Order: sequence, then C-alpha cells, then structure tokens
Amino acid sequence: MNISIFEQWWLAIEPAVQANTLNFWQFIYKEIYLNVIKDDRWLQYLKGLGVTLEVSFYAILVGLVLGTVLAILRLPQIQHMNARGKGFLPAVGAVVVRALSKFAGLYINIMRGTPLLLQVLIINFGIFGSVRIDKVIVGVIACGLNSAAYVAEIVRGGIMSVEKGQTEAGRSLGLGGIRTMIYIILPQAAKSALPAMCNEFISLIKETSILSYIALTELTKAGDYIRSRTFSAFTPYIVSGLLYLLVVLTLTWLIGKLERRLRNSDH
Amino acid sequence: MTTDIIISVKGLEKHFDEGKLKALRGVDTDIRRGEVVVVIGPSGSGKSTFLRCLNLLEEPTAGTVTVEGVNITDPKVNINKHREKMGMVFQHFNLFPHMTILKNMTLAPCKLLKKSKQEAEEKAMALLKRVGLADRANAYPSQLSGGQKQRIAIVRALCMEPQVMLFDEPTSALDPEMVGEVLDVMKQLAEEGMTMVVVTHEMGFAREVADRVIFMDEGHIIEEGTPEEIFNHPQQPRTQDFLKKVL
Ligand SMILES: Nc1ncnc2c1ncn2[C@@H]1O[C@H](COP(=O)(O)OP(=O)(O)OP(=O)(O)O)[C@@H](O)[C@H]1O
Ligand SMILES: [Mg+2]
Repeated sequence: MNISIFEQWWLAIEPAVQANTLNFWQFIYKEIYLNVIKDDRWLQYLKGLGVTLEVSFYAILVGLVLGTVLAILRLPQIQHMNARGKGFLPAVGAVVVRALSKFAGLYINIMRGTPLLLQVLIINFGIFGSVRIDKVIVGVIACGLNSAAYVAEIVRGGIMSVEKGQTEAGRSLGLGGIRTMIYIILPQAAKSALPAMCNEFISLIKETSILSYIALTELTKAGDYIRSRTFSAFTPYIVSGLLYLLVVLTLTWLIGKLERRLRNSDH
Repeated sequence: MTTDIIISVKGLEKHFDEGKLKALRGVDTDIRRGEVVVVIGPSGSGKSTFLRCLNLLEEPTAGTVTVEGVNITDPKVNINKHREKMGMVFQHFNLFPHMTILKNMTLAPCKLLKKSKQEAEEKAMALLKRVGLADRANAYPSQLSGGQKQRIAIVRALCMEPQVMLFDEPTSALDPEMVGEVLDVMKQLAEEGMTMVVVTHEMGFAREVADRVIFMDEGHIIEEGTPEEIFNHPQQPRTQDFLKKVL
C-alpha cells in the first residue's frame, strides 16, 4: 500500500496518542497532522484564504472609490460652496452640494462611530435579510462601506497636504476643478496618504474575519470549522493567523516598494 | 503697441474676512495689447490681489474685469476658457512635482487645446530650447534649480499660447544669482510683444522694460505713468516715500 510519509509518522505516534503519553514534539505533530494534513484540510484554509482575499480586494476598491468621493465632498471649498451667480439653478446646485457634504460628514461619523460587527449584522439581516444573496457580496458591501469612512479621512488629509499653489497653477492654465483634482491634486495626495492607506488596507483585511459571524467561510471561519471537526483547542486559529500574517507582510512589502519607487521618481 | 484694450478693470474691490479687510478699494485701469505694465508698492498694498483678480483666482467683491470685451466677473462666463488666454507665473513656481518637465508643459495643451501628444511636445521642446533647458525635458522639477524652475513655469504658461502673461513676484523666491536668467526670459518675451502685467520688486527691470508703472498702496492705484515719470518725477508723497526706501 502506498501511504505518504505523513501517514507513516502518524501511525508511528498513534499508540502514544491512544495512551495519552505524547512528548512535546509528538504533540505538535499530532496537531499539525489532524488540523492541516488529514483529509486534505489545508485545502479548506486555502479556500478560506481565497474568500478573504476576494472580499478584501473588492472591499478595498469600494472603499477607495467611495472614500475619495466622500473626501472631496468634505473639502472646505465644497462644504461652504456658494452659488456662483444669481438665479434658480446655481442656488439649488449650491444647496444640493452643501447638503451632500453634510451627509458625507454624517456618514463618516456613523461608520467610524459604531462597531463593524453591528454594521455587518445590520446589512446582512436588515438590508439583505429577505433576499438570497451571495455572502461574499454582503461582505464586500459591509466592509467597503465601513472602510470608505476611514479612507475618506485619509484622502482628505492627503488632499489638504498638497499646497494651494498646485490648484492655482492648474486653474490658471485653464484646467477645470475636476481635471485639476484628477491630474494634479489626487496623484500628490495619494503619495502622501500611502502609508496611512497601507494601514487601512491591513486593518480591512484582518477585519473581514468578522464576516464569519454571517456564516461566510472566509479564513477565520475555515479555521473554526476545522476546529469543530478535530476538537483541537486552538491550532486551526494559529494556522489561519499565520496565513493572515503572510498576506499582511506581503502587502506591506509591496506598498513599501511602491513608496520607494515614488520617492525616487520625484522629490 | 496699439491702443487695443485687452483687459479693462473698473471699480475693482476685494474684501477679505467678511469685509473687515479691504485689500482692493476701487481700482480702475486698462491694459493695452502688447503693453508691459509693472505694478509696484509696499507689502500688503494689494498688488497680488489685483493680479489674481485679473484671472479670477480671487473673485472680486465688486467691480468688473473685462477681457477682450467679455466681462469675466459675470458668473455665466466660462472662466476656464478665459484663463487659457491668460498665463500666470507664481512666486513659488508651482510646478507639478509628480510630472516631468515635458509633462508639466503638455498636460494643459493636450487636455484643453485638443493638441495631439506629439504636437504639444514639439511646441514644448521648441520653447525649452528657447530658454536653454531642452536637455532637462525628462527631469522632474525637484532636480532643477530655482531659476530653472521659474523659466520652466514661464514656458509652461506659454505652451497655452496666451494673450497675456501675469507675473506675481517671479524672482522673489530666487537666490540673487538666479534672478538675471529669469528676468532675461521676461525681457525677451516683452520684446516679442507679449502683453505682460508684472508685480515685482525689481526696480531695474521696471525701469528698463515697463511701458507703464503702477504704484499701489492700501488697495488704491496712487500713481501711474512711464518709468521715467514714476521713478524720476513721482508726484505723490507716498510714491516718493516708497521709492526713497527701495531705491
Ligand atoms: N486669502 C486671503 N485671506 C485674507 N486676507 C488676505 C488674503 N489674501 C490677501 N489678503 C490680505 O490682503 C491684503 C493685500 O494682500 P496682497 O497679497 O494683495 O498684498 P501684496 O501687495 O501682494 O503684498 P506682498 O508684497 O507682501 O506680496 C493684505 O493685508 C493681505 O493680508
Ligand atoms: Mg504679493
């Protein structure tokens, strides 16, 4: 019969397992064998990791786009926008923009001021309570909407760190407000916001673990599930944790590289 | 120089802090095509504010600015179109640090004049040659000296083929040895017939290049005339005082 080296090692310590006389290394091997190797359980971690990465990726995108819009709405010149000229339309336009700005402020406060877990539960059971919908989508929406509030503050800080002269230079060339924002201000804001943004991405990736509460089988839930099968005290959580660590360290490394490249290109 | 008026300013006022600070208190003047106007005056007299009202970087509190017959303070006017015709050069250069020199110069022409990248780059390279910086086309602003940056800022504005150039103390942030190279570019521009409004403390430049000198104080034009009139025979006591201090 063809059995793997892992199986052979397992057979070797099995009597000691039965007799409860494992030494330290044998104990470690038993935990690894039961929680990772047996029945190809490592595949379940990888599947969970895949879900975590998928949710994180799309939630980061949602957070970046929505957060940038919120950040722009919170800029002083938008917050205190005056009607340019007399007449009905400019007046209504200014009122709408100011109202949107107020709403953005309210949104940021609510999302930052309440626990993510509650937001996830409310979105899952409240908004999507009566529809069948992929939990991945629920997770992306919940984590993305939450992250947007933090991203908004980071981007706003980045925008405010760009000198006023940059806007003036763009506008004096004839570029409109939106083009000036896109081509001149945001690229510079992004650069100065990169370290804080990296932090936010890391938090988001780890906080997706909360989605295990709505039965999304991401990395934490995968560990949970294996634990319920193997009755290990906490080994599956360690395995999940190591995988989170791996992802975060990889991301940190990548962003560090990007930062160095940006620093070398201009000042 | 013709008598064709390109910018006409009437009753221009600008207040800050809800009227507590009156930076401009009623300024009237006309800028003629091809004219070089130098604005001088003590710090805080409203020179920058006046210049920035000409392209509406500051929105006037009262009065009108008419550019080529169009009152640009009218909210219905597309101000971006008018700014294309009015280049501006700032004290602190305000080059875009995340773009190469060439990109700095071609961004606006590509987006606004609908020029092809190649067309815009050819124009930019020609201008860079003129100011002796063709070899720095692919450098980033941080790799240039102050004088080089300001020369780039000037040609960046020229890439939009403006009718008027506005300068706000273009040499004030420069080390003394770099002032000359920037003033030379400005002189050359004046000789080619560019309409220019220049706020500066360089009295030598004003004397040599200006067609008209405006002396401002406390938000008013106190006195204006040829460099000869202003520098050699100032009529107003405040002008005399100011010149005594700076000359
Ligand atoms: N954005 C602003 N907010 C409030 N006050 C301002 C603003 N810009 C200018 N001022 C004030 O308006 C007055 C005129 O300023 P301005 O910059 O036009 O003077 P200036 O003649 O250019 O002086 P300088 O030679 O120092 O550049 C000053 O008292 C200044 O403090
Ligand atoms: Mg000034």
